Amino acid sequence: MPGKLKVKIVAGRHLPVMDRASDLTDAFVEVKFGNTTFKTDVYLKSLNPQWNSEWFKFEVDDEDLQDEPLQITVLDHDTYSANDAIGKVYIDIDPLLYSEAATVISGWFPIYDTIHGIRGEINVVVKVDLFNDLNRFRQSSCGVKFFCTTSIPKCYRAVIIHGFVEELVVNEDPEYQWIDRIRTPRASNEARQRLISLMSGELQRKIGLKVLEMRGNAVVGYLQCFDLEGESGLVVRAIGTACTLDKLSSPAAFLPACNSPSKEMKESPLVHPPSHGCRSTHNSPIHTATGSRLTQNFSVSVPTLIYTGMGSGSAGKEGGPFKALLRQQTQSALEQREFPFFTLTAFPPGFLVHVGGVVSARSVKLLDRIHNPDEPETRDAWWAEIRQEIKSHAKALGCHAVVGYSESTSICEEVCILSASGTAAVLNPRFLQDGTVEGCLEQRLEENLPAGCGFCHIPYDELNMPFPAHLTYCYNCRKQKVPDVLFTTIDLPMDAAVIGKGCLIQARLCRLKKKAQAEANATAISNLLPFMEYEVHTQLMNKLKLKGMNALFGLRIQISVGENMLMGLASATGVYLAALPTPGGIQIAGKTPNDGSYEQHISHMQKKINDTIAKNKELYEINPPEISEEIIGSPIPEPRQRSRLLRSQSESSDEVTELDLSHGKKDAFVLEIDDTDAMEDVHSLLTDVPPPSGFYSCNTEIMPGINNWTSEIQMFTSVRVIRLSSLNLTNQALNKNFNDLCENLLKSLYFKLRSMIPCCLCHVNFTVSLPEDELIQVTVTAVAITFDKNQALQTTKTHAEKSLQRASTDNEELLQFPLELCSDALPSHPFPPAKAVTVEKASPVGEGNFRNRSSPPCANSTVGVVKMTPLSFIPGAKITKYLGIINMFFIRETTSLREEGGVSGFLHAFIAEVFAMVRAHVAALGGNAVVSYIMKQCVFMENPNKNQAQCLINVSGDAVVFVRESELEVVSTQQPAANCQPSCTGGEVTT
Amino acid sequence: MTSELDIFVGNTTLIDEDVYRLWLDGYSGLWGTVCGCRFGGAVVLDGRAGRARMSDAVALRVRSGILEQTGATAAVLQSDTMDHYRTFQMLERLLHAPPKLLHQLIFQIPPSRQALLIERYYAFDEAFVREVLGKKLSKGTKKDLDDISTKTGITLKSCRRQFDNFKRVFKVVEEMRGSLVDNIQQHFLLSDRLARDYAAIVFFANNRFETGKKKLQYLSFGDFAFCAELMIQNWTLGAVGEAPTDPDPQADDMDMDLDKEFLQDLKELKVLVADKDLLDLHKSLVCTALRGKLGVFSEMEANFKNLSRGLVNVAAKLTHNKDVRDLFVDLVEKFVEPCRSDHWPLNDVRLFLNQYSASVHSLDGFRHQALWDRYMGTLRGCLLRLCHD
Repeated sequence: MPGKLKVKIVAGRHLPVMDRASDLTDAFVEVKFGNTTFKTDVYLKSLNPQWNSEWFKFEVDDEDLQDEPLQITVLDHDTYSANDAIGKVYIDIDPLLYSEAATVISGWFPIYDTIHGIRGEINVVVKVDLFNDLNRFRQSSCGVKFFCTTSIPKCYRAVIIHGFVEELVVNEDPEYQWIDRIRTPRASNEARQRLISLMSGELQRKIGLKVLEMRGNAVVGYLQCFDLEGESGLVVRAIGTACTLDKLSSPAAFLPACNSPSKEMKESPLVHPPSHGCRSTHNSPIHTATGSRLTQNFSVSVPTLIYTGMGSGSAGKEGGPFKALLRQQTQSALEQREFPFFTLTAFPPGFLVHVGGVVSARSVKLLDRIHNPDEPETRDAWWAEIRQEIKSHAKALGCHAVVGYSESTSICEEVCILSASGTAAVLNPRFLQDGTVEGCLEQRLEENLPAGCGFCHIPYDELNMPFPAHLTYCYNCRKQKVPDVLFTTIDLPMDAAVIGKGCLIQARLCRLKKKAQAEANATAISNLLPFMEYEVHTQLMNKLKLKGMNALFGLRIQISVGENMLMGLASATGVYLAALPTPGGIQIAGKTPNDGSYEQHISHMQKKINDTIAKNKELYEINPPEISEEIIGSPIPEPRQRSRLLRSQSESSDEVTELDLSHGKKDAFVLEIDDTDAMEDVHSLLTDVPPPSGFYSCNTEIMPGINNWTSEIQMFTSVRVIRLSSLNLTNQALNKNFNDLCENLLKSLYFKLRSMIPCCLCHVNFTVSLPEDELIQVTVTAVAITFDKNQALQTTKTHAEKSLQRASTDNEELLQFPLELCSDALPSHPFPPAKAVTVEKASPVGEGNFRNRSSPPCANSTVGVVKMTPLSFIPGAKITKYLGIINMFFIRETTSLREEGGVSGFLHAFIAEVFAMVRAHVAALGGNAVVSYIMKQCVFMENPNKNQAQCLINVSGDAVVFVRESELEVVSTQQPAANCQPSCTGGEVTT
Repeated sequence: MTSELDIFVGNTTLIDEDVYRLWLDGYSGLWGTVCGCRFGGAVVLDGRAGRARMSDAVALRVRSGILEQTGATAAVLQSDTMDHYRTFQMLERLLHAPPKLLHQLIFQIPPSRQALLIERYYAFDEAFVREVLGKKLSKGTKKDLDDISTKTGITLKSCRRQFDNFKRVFKVVEEMRGSLVDNIQQHFLLSDRLARDYAAIVFFANNRFETGKKKLQYLSFGDFAFCAELMIQNWTLGAVGEAPTDPDPQADDMDMDLDKEFLQDLKELKVLVADKDLLDLHKSLVCTALRGKLGVFSEMEANFKNLSRGLVNVAAKLTHNKDVRDLFVDLVEKFVEPCRSDHWPLNDVRLFLNQYSASVHSLDGFRHQALWDRYMGTLRGCLLRLCHD
């Protein structure tokens, strides 16, 4: 009996009126765990009952503790008929199962009902007494910590990063055809909520077991997803990165507010991991694929592209003595792993050696019923196949590992697209294994890793490249080769040398497809996929060039399948990496060069493109230092050098002929306009409107070039559904509709958040789905963070001179810019100058400033504030404790859609309720924020004819306790805050 | 391309004060007839209907110049307005019982914003309150809101909100003991100023004072609220301070109802005008004291008996509910109008009333000094407030 769960029901408040006659309620509570149920007394005639129950004690296995949620049901007692359920609360007690997290769950929980939403609150106290059990055959994995955060959590240190863990469980879906069936209200949706709660508990436990097997103690970057496969069942799957984490005993030194919080990791000292001797390497999926099952399934594997610069992948060869050594070493560390994948997107310093490029794989499958839920081998085999493909793609890039790895699905009827993507990389082995593989190479490795550009250096052999690419010597260290463009799925490494600011770049694409059944449908989809990938890639490349940037981070390509179309949406953050060459411009070439008016049109377009590039460079402050040839002095081939210089000239001129000569076929990015389609493409390039003045956006954790965040944050979710008119369903019209949908959505966000200027939308996460024939749904979750414009003169440590340059131009540029644009044809920066402009330049440093902003005018609120953010940190604050993972699944349904304000009213209320329930659970754990928050699913269905709608939402994140730096300040004011603050020294005096 | 669904939900609920005002003022957020004129080119194309339409609220926001300020489009404005309107509709239920707004978990709103939401929701229009002040807050009055809306130019929706607010506050504090203002503040979390105004509204509604007569039109809500406060302080049961020990649960509500006993006793004051000697003595005392001090001395001397009769008779009649209701009509007819017709300056009115009240203490034959002070102390304040153009 390894655990005792204790529950006390204290009180209720704001209960709904259940008895019309008395306008009151006779409420009591059922507390259920596993198969045991307790009941409180009935508290007569009150909407605010005080049960103050005894402690209900459940003696259970720790396996059950992990799997089962605590179920609390509030009912209205009825003497004559059946008791009416008011609503339920599911409490995941997992956070109580490991020692460092929460010790008690206590607080007000919203009582939730799938039909009525939140109906009052209940005050519950939950405790667990865990007995130590050293049974080595145990099935539980209590004590393994889970984090959604895709980097090493702030108050921990990574001793070993073991690697990939994955698991999936399947079950029958209690309800999938909700609209067509006659059923008792809420019964089946409640069964569904309960089942998913149970399944995710089980999944987490199984993943935990694998982690223990690998001798890890935590899972970082834990991502759990549901596949609602309809008829064929329900799949819950999860991936993560197993780690051995050490809690940092003494809180890390005080960090000034101006520092980007991720720098905290710097403080984790790199200690060689203790030797564990021989270790089990068994981390393969338990279930192995059986041939007989596979043959029943129609499956198409889609040839996929490897994104680095351009071109698609083919096998690469080993080469270069140093690389070979490095490879050997890493290989030995990684070869024991079936899949050397890491779900992390940010890494401890020194972990990431080189980045190859994005690798992705997709496969189209036909779903059929899962016959035996206990053996989900088909799904396992599918994923194994895809992962194998990813692995071989990475190999082709000369990499042995994949970082920033994620998996997703898109399901329509019986067709399912499985996707996986990541960034091929070469890793420093010392984090991966025990000390045995470490040798003298270690030192050499260190020496060869110049700060700020090492990760850009190509991992593959330049003489035998896996794809055609242009290599140059690194613009930073001049020693190693770098590609001309770099695409990755990870966050920008914090030591990366970046010029200027970054921006959100999106590629959007729709393709019509014929309606078809089964195999024919799957074939049609898999035929379309490569073209979509190619076009998405081209769009991304064009837009990146148009921004004058040379690298993409956080790339996420989503391909969604619908009845009659496919949608592709790629989001990434473009930056200018100092190590990579200046991107060439975009050149337009006409097909019929003799037509005079056509020629004119082309040159007009060309001019427009050149103007846009110049404008973007100014907007994002991209002023790479001019490098004279003497300094270079490296064996870069002459012709290449010349072409680069020529290009920089020609960018400012309109002489197309000269461009042609200088760029050659290789270097320039030539867009050939040979038909109207291509024309449309070029036009669409130019329609993307930059965010209004004072706004920046990115889909990574932090915005390159901004590191003076103030403490005001606003996380939000926005959902839009549009109905396409079926008349004009052409690819072009579709593309335009989709493009407008996304652009309008962004415009709305900028408008709504205008009071926060200057601010940055971080971690902008778009998801697109096709819920019905002519419906497109786009869901966006992001966080807006304010920053202090007057401290934008921040230095990048490694680039002192650049920062000086920037510092001198920064303010003028920002102020001039709106004026310049107003006279232009392009939509200008409409928002009035932000309030912060008026703040004096000599204002005190960060802490002083944000103290003013953050302190609420009055603090007598009875409900504690819980912050939510998709980022792994809270600006201006320090996370002191991780309380456990929040993973919640809700279903809301209605049979009175019109009365609830239509679809918008229904979903608006539901999302607000979901936020409230997340906040309540975090508060009950003793936390005051959720970090790495993500809305993984928002499946909305409606049937307006029946006045019905239903929505499923799945959210997760890490509950944490944070402390404002201004509160820490007292302790640490003595510590120098000015060393990173050259522009503000002396600012203190003015306070 | 039609927008089927369009929502924005923030972890901290966004409140736009301007949109809140439009919502409170009852402008429709949904497609509807555009109030007033069309605005230059700023129309939203509704794809489904194929017609150019814009809601009243959006049209008003457009008129405020927000599009020029921010560079947003009318479609963005429409979407933003609808988000706010939905939020306000969801909040309205909570605003009906403001303490709920503080304890609810669904909307994370900073306390200062919560206070703003409540205060604005319970704010009312002067024009509206003058129409319903002293009327019974019943269904019947609610039916008249149409006319009030037409008359005042306040939207029917806004009229309904204001009326329902009055009624809701009335219902909640009606049965309560203790200070009216405190009760209102505690249950509706209003500012002191607004709570006092509501106390006046509730007090007037409860006693059904007539305020709508033509001759009372010159009086503002502030005038009545001032009088109500004085009357609550001095003429109600709660004012005497005996009620807290009153064991009788059937006792009148302390601040809402006038002290019946006091009203009965007021009959005793009649002697001041009925007894000719007393009246003459009173007059001579006042005249002696004021000779040379009043600009309108001769008019006062000539009118003294009429004025005194008027004031004392008002007191004596207060035993009848009907006459209580007409209190303000009587005061204006019997005192304010005569003074006005003789062009009494306000300062003279003050001097006269002070002397008129004080002189009674020197009337040896008059035994109801305390009663007189309770009556006249309040009345003097009220009359001074009522004497203006």
